[in-house]
Amino acid sequence: MGIGGSDMYRQQILDHYKNPRNYGEIEDATFTHTGENPMCGDTIEMDVVLSEDEETIEHVAFRGDGCAISQASASMLSERLQGMAVEDLRTMDRDDVIDMLGVDISPMRVKCAVLAEKVAQDGTDIYFGELDVEKTTTEDDD
Amino acid sequence: MGLSETDVLDVERIRADFPILEREFDGEQLAYLDNSATSQTPEPVVEAIAHYYRHTNANVHRGLHQLSQEASIAYENAHDRVAEFIGADGREEVVFTKNTTESLNTIAYAWGLAELGPGDEVVMTEMEHHAALVTWQQIAKKTGATVKYIRVDEDGYLDMDHARELVTDDTEMVSVVHVSNTLGTVNPVSDLADLAHDHDALCFVDGAQSVPHMPVDVGEMDADFFAFSGHKMCGPTGIGVLYGKEHLLEEMQPYLYGGMMISKVTFEDSTWHELPWKFEAGTPVICQGIALAEACDYLDDIGMERVDRHGRSLAEYAYDRLSEFDDIDILGPPGDDRGALVSFNLGDVHAHDTSEILNDFAVAIRAGDHCTQPLHDKLGVPASARASFYIYNTREEVDKLVRAVDATRELFA
Ligand SMILES: Cc1ncc(COP(=O)(O)O)c(C=O)c1O
Repeated sequence: MGIGGSDMYRQQILDHYKNPRNYGEIEDATFTHTGENPMCGDTIEMDVVLSEDEETIEHVAFRGDGCAISQASASMLSERLQGMAVEDLRTMDRDDVIDMLGVDISPMRVKCAVLAEKVAQDGTDIYFGELDVEKTTTEDDD
Repeated sequence: MGLSETDVLDVERIRADFPILEREFDGEQLAYLDNSATSQTPEPVVEAIAHYYRHTNANVHRGLHQLSQEASIAYENAHDRVAEFIGADGREEVVFTKNTTESLNTIAYAWGLAELGPGDEVVMTEMEHHAALVTWQQIAKKTGATVKYIRVDEDGYLDMDHARELVTDDTEMVSVVHVSNTLGTVNPVSDLADLAHDHDALCFVDGAQSVPHMPVDVGEMDADFFAFSGHKMCGPTGIGVLYGKEHLLEEMQPYLYGGMMISKVTFEDSTWHELPWKFEAGTPVICQGIALAEACDYLDDIGMERVDRHGRSLAEYAYDRLSEFDDIDILGPPGDDRGALVSFNLGDVHAHDTSEILNDFAVAIRAGDHCTQPLHDKLGVPASARASFYIYNTREEVDKLVRAVDATRELFA
């Protein structure tokens, strides 16, 4: 690449973008939630299966469309969430997402990076009756 | 100017007026190809701004002291200069605003709220910028009027048969963009103005992307209202222009009230100042107006015919070079029939990703919906990457753009 100012497109990001993990649907998901980033037109739809005691995430699958950052982030998150305590998902924040991505995210693209995390969190909150929205957007928060 | 008008631009000389173009990012020299968003500012305009604040700064209209008189005269003369630049009859027809958006809103509020009602129709195009689209859409909601959109065909041209269907005696306003900031299409605005007038409707032309790039004569065009922004034509931000035919502006009520725009005020009532001041409430954009007049001088010294030819030739070159690749989808009309810009998508790669990689090469383009979301929805893409050119751009910069797009392709392959 030219001069390598931004290293946002490291191999890992591109690999997840081109070969997304856990891409698809889960039929008997505990819940499904969607989100979008209106500025970019990125969309993520995520299926989550919780354990019987509803304390652990067992499986995650997602479908989506959009920029490499949003889609790679969803793919990486889907791996990360496997086996994670629901409580730990709830306390994830944008720094955790950026750590997971392992690259510097330019300020304009943070919304893309955190979309999947927001979808997972909002989906959880809706499932437990703590939030009432139809769709997540990364418009006015980061 | 005659024969010399057919000459090409002396790009080297022009570039010397824009020191910002020498900036380097990580050792790569900037290729600034985001001119549809905003143009760079040449030294004479920067000088005019500095000179104003160093030598002439004072509030206008009211003051009897020497400085205020000088500032007033310079500010008022700036209206004459801009009128001349676009072929308006005089300063009465030239209102200074903040930008194109505010010019549109001025007419939407001052004329639209008063004149529109249920059963009335505002006809726009599917390629309208949000500045017009959202404004008329919302004014229509307030007044009960209906908005309609002239179809854009597959090649990025307006479907003029559809235009003739849509514009009827119910139409009160035809609001059309002169040059599309997304497609590059140059619309037949004087035909559309004729069509509007055939049905006793008014015509508003959004000239944000035409005035900076081509000779414009609002009289010949026969637009009733016309708008553009200083910052896209070598001027500063914070200044836009609203042109209106004098008799229309005369009949309209102002929508911003306050100082400067009044003639006589009592506790009970007020009367309005003469045109154009009636529409410039409060302390106006004095320095910006004077600097815009300087930008008009700068562009006229180059010659707008030459500016036009240079922009079109770069757009055509970029179009041709990008067309060499099967996986690049270019929006809008053919390369030899467009304004100075090319919007495209590289395969499935999101335009934001493309733009971010191009940034590594210090190639500055815009990626997104370019304030034409409904048009992108219609085209079935969330965004596009847009390279847009101006007087200081070169073929070498287009080559660099193409190299950077190539690198993006490799990365995402
Ligand atoms: C066609 C068109 N109309 C309107 C505008 C709005 O201009 P401004 O943001 O200066 O009001 C733009 C610029 O972005 C434009 O390209």
